[in-house]
Amino acid sequence: MSRHVVLDVSHLPMHATGTASPTWWGTCAFMLIEGSGFSLAVAVYLYLMSLAPMWPIDAPPPDLWPGTILTGLLVVSVIPNLLVSRWARQENLQRVRFGLIVMSFMGVIPLVFRGFEFPALHVFWDDSAYGSITWTILGLHTTHILTDIVDTLVLTALMFSRHADNTRRFGDVQDNCLYWNFVVLTWLPLYACLYWVPRL
Amino acid sequence: MAEQHSPVVMDTDLDDAGLVHALDVTWGTRRGFWGAIATVDHKVIARRYIVTAFVFLMLGGVLALAMRLQLAQPEARIIDPDRYNQIFTMHGSNMMFLFAVPVMEAMAVYLVPLMIGTRNIAFPRLNAFSYWVFLAGGILLWLSFLLDAAPDVGWFAYVPLAGPEYGPGKRADIWAQMITFTELSALAIAVEIVVTVFTQRAPGMSLDRIPLFVWAMLVTAFLVIMAMPAIMFASSTLIMDRLVGTHFYNPAEGGDALLYQHLFWFFGHPEVYIIFLPAVGMVSTILPTFVQRPVFGYLPLVMALIATGILSFGLWVHHMFVVGLPRLGESFFTASSMAIALPAGIQIFCWLATIWAGRPIFKVPMLFIIGFIVTFVIGGMTGVMVASVPFDTQVHDTYFVVAHFHYVLVGGAVFPLLAAVYYWFPKMTGRMMSEVLGRWAFWLIFAGFHLTFFPMHILGLQGMPRRIYTYQPELPWSGLNLFVSVSSIVLAAGFLIFFIDALRSWRSGQPAGDNPWNAPTLEWATSSPPPSPNFCFIPVVGDRNPLWSTPGALAVASGLRVDRRELLVTSVVEALPQARESSARNSVWPFWAALATSVMLVWSMFSPWAVIWGSMPIAVTLIGWFWPKGTPEDDS
Repeated sequence: MSRHVVLDVSHLPMHATGTASPTWWGTCAFMLIEGSGFSLAVAVYLYLMSLAPMWPIDAPPPDLWPGTILTGLLVVSVIPNLLVSRWARQENLQRVRFGLIVMSFMGVIPLVFRGFEFPALHVFWDDSAYGSITWTILGLHTTHILTDIVDTLVLTALMFSRHADNTRRFGDVQDNCLYWNFVVLTWLPLYACLYWVPRL
Repeated sequence: MAEQHSPVVMDTDLDDAGLVHALDVTWGTRRGFWGAIATVDHKVIARRYIVTAFVFLMLGGVLALAMRLQLAQPEARIIDPDRYNQIFTMHGSNMMFLFAVPVMEAMAVYLVPLMIGTRNIAFPRLNAFSYWVFLAGGILLWLSFLLDAAPDVGWFAYVPLAGPEYGPGKRADIWAQMITFTELSALAIAVEIVVTVFTQRAPGMSLDRIPLFVWAMLVTAFLVIMAMPAIMFASSTLIMDRLVGTHFYNPAEGGDALLYQHLFWFFGHPEVYIIFLPAVGMVSTILPTFVQRPVFGYLPLVMALIATGILSFGLWVHHMFVVGLPRLGESFFTASSMAIALPAGIQIFCWLATIWAGRPIFKVPMLFIIGFIVTFVIGGMTGVMVASVPFDTQVHDTYFVVAHFHYVLVGGAVFPLLAAVYYWFPKMTGRMMSEVLGRWAFWLIFAGFHLTFFPMHILGLQGMPRRIYTYQPELPWSGLNLFVSVSSIVLAAGFLIFFIDALRSWRSGQPAGDNPWNAPTLEWATSSPPPSPNFCFIPVVGDRNPLWSTPGALAVASGLRVDRRELLVTSVVEALPQARESSARNSVWPFWAALATSVMLVWSMFSPWAVIWGSMPIAVTLIGWFWPKGTPEDDS
């Protein structure tokens, strides 16, 4: 088969950024998977609630304070997160390094309050179906936070290594910020479900 | 910013022979054991996937023959009831999770990058990981069968039978964890396909020029992404009920057994379309070649794929018509179950119009397509029948349903798959399969299939239930059962000839050349089998059938580097070139990550702490996987 060249692409950048980047789309696809999973968990919660004569089953509603503080912290963390994303877009390595350290803490601190959330449920996973679904939802979201913390810590280490000053790395940082926004965003309906639905 | 490497080499710097050599050095798979473990070439991985899936098909077929042997006569004592329970559970689980879904995705892993004119699938290492995880899940299931500890709770593992009270031992856990393995691998491929199709299409391949198989796989990938979390949730909560005492499915503590069925079928019905949509994509792609004209109704076909995908989420309750749901709900699901026949019908009429307006060439792939249309229409019609609640109530859990879903799954998916194997075998191996053996295989499979499964409709109407290991001589079923069992040998003989043909042709078939069928899509624009980077130059596309619009000539793009794995990223809608993106090199890390994941998943059947301790090696392997190695692929 004969070929004729009709297009020269040598002038194109050597790395796709933003919404052109396959990694960005991959992150979105994984968010869709996880979003589907969380939606299902909430659907199961509401389904079990619809069957129960009283809800919560044999337990008071969860205490509000640890979950609410955690929610506040997560919402606040979006501000430095957006800043890190902006600095990464500007490829400002010093600020990105600083921002990632801040974001590592912003990930770890909510975990402390998460530790208080489980006892605040006043129910164990093996007490009733109510306990099972609340522990599962909280467990799933804890895994979500943990995954992103590990990701952020590794990325922080990476940004202090010789591989740091690279458009590709700054893209990784932006994708990590995007994912953290998702972690925060998914928590809001879960928070409403776990803490406020039992009070309806 | 570029790190310091060997000098940059562009494709325009080299003559043809030099370019082929340089690309092969950059994109090739190293020889030897570790080279095979580390490869991320989508063609190599897809080939493994396809071969493994067909091995599972053979094993599942042997199980089916064992069941037919047992049922050939009343009161047979060849297989005991416990083993029989394991066998039908294994047959269903194996065929759905280890054969049908993986083989369709594997065909996509091979074909999608070639059909859209790129050099590798997106996230090639994830692709390698997915294969190893799939393999581990398959080994887990079959090892348990060898140890006489296989799941015995049906391919859906309903509670309470599979729950802690009635399902002692580890059998149900093995089923549930096999689900986790296979769904993990399926989700990984779905992400790869979505991203490949969205970002790596050849310049000019706008959304309305994508080959229909690729459209089908894109819709399928979205179905996988949105349906599979449901089954992972179901199987994980089932394990939790069994291992740590949660009460999701325990009515005594506020749980609900029907919740399991809802979750299972919220996945289980889209699952049917996860298997079926790739098959219709294959038909829509193969058919034009064998009538030598473009497909009739490209747009309605694409719309039908999308409509089927959306509707497939509104059907799941029709599997639960006899569990006692509210009437209104049942009516809604009857209506939606009948509505999905519309997009299926649109596709059938588009294919018929394509055949009508063309000159059919009755080669083996075309025979399988005709066989598909006939068989699938019958299966579709019994589908409309069981969509009706009163009828479904009568035939629920009888052989009528067994007949129906084999017509839909074998007729609707395996026939197109066999057409696809005969059609793309020359591309994958460089050799043609035998036309003579292929015709034998087709007629034996087609006749054997109908002789085996059609009488099951009658057995079902006569009241023969599914999943019974034997029946009494005074029941009026023995004659037809013997007939079915003998017919299944004809069907098996057809598959045997198919396998012999495939093996023989792989070794010594006629050389195929680049485009033996005079097909119009891009995978035929490269050699057979394709070189490691698929194309020496990325093609540029001006219409839907690029190889027909400019016969013998191919428009291409130049200006890519050959000293690193480089491919073109294009825009989502119009496929305008946006960047020269790198593609990951070979790596052993995905293998280690899959191994660590497998250890964690198997361990977690026995202890919940496995999730914590087992995650740590996984984290280590993932860091090894993603940490930059300073290769030219890291340049930006």
